[in-house]
Amino acid sequence: MSAVYDASSSPNNTNANPSVAKKLKALIVDDDAIVRMIHKALLRKFDVETHEVKNGQEAVLAHRSGAYFDLILMDLDMPVMNGRQATKELRDMHVCSLIAGVTSLGDEENKSFIDAGLDYYYQKPLTVDAVRNLVDKIKGSSQSC
Amino acid sequence: MEIVAKLQKQFMEFISALYREGFLDDQFLQLQKLQDESNPDFVFEVVSLFFEDSEKLINNLAAALQQPVVDFKQVDSHVHQFKGSSSSIGAQRVKNACMAFKSFCEEKKIEGCMQCLQHVKHEYFLVKNKLETLLRLEQQILAAGGRIPDLS
Repeated sequence: MSAVYDASSSPNNTNANPSVAKKLKALIVDDDAIVRMIHKALLRKFDVETHEVKNGQEAVLAHRSGAYFDLILMDLDMPVMNGRQATKELRDMHVCSLIAGVTSLGDEENKSFIDAGLDYYYQKPLTVDAVRNLVDKIKGSSQSC
Repeated sequence: MEIVAKLQKQFMEFISALYREGFLDDQFLQLQKLQDESNPDFVFEVVSLFFEDSEKLINNLAAALQQPVVDFKQVDSHVHQFKGSSSSIGAQRVKNACMAFKSFCEEKKIEGCMQCLQHVKHEYFLVKNKLETLLRLEQQILAAGGRIPDLS
């Protein structure tokens, strides 16, 4: 598993057949390998292409090297850079992807996480219904930023 | 009785007992639902990773609690990770044992923490054993040409 997202290895976004909907891309940001594995399986159920990083800094670096994702699943408590800082930095960089915070903490800690720029917030474990809701929101939105 | 049907019955009885006795909760059921033809080894892979992580965490916890001056913040961080991974796979009794462990960490009670480590370890090895049996049964069903019974 690569630690840092490599923008050069991503498939080209040009779609030869316009009738085929573009596959959604998601970035999973979590230091726990088990959580990453589960989130990946959840997203694949909805045919979402997944990429993974282990902390907020790696998520920021991926975007600095030009990566774009329709959805970012962001953990809060991570080493190096937590989800709150990463979300704030991404928003400061004008990243307009849908960012969903996924944490195991109580509401109090999450207030500042949400304020950092989350679109949605879910308690772990993430469910199939929550992912379906996120995918529907993205498909329903205009996608332009 | 036909071998597949016999194994499937055994599987259903075994997994029902795991839920009834609180070893597993609904989260494990969710994981099983995520396993399909495109992802046939998913549960095995997640469970194997859980075993690997748990054993590392148990060793780290034992080492941290043996220090002359115990760093309760570090102990708490290991327990927090353990709680997270056990909750991710639905190992309910391990998760509950971790929650009790966390409160002793917050109170900085070394004796309580030592007892909790023993309890967490005990629960972990119990569920490990159960999960290994469950996965073995699944393999036997598949090897005999059968399908894993649908639990939902």
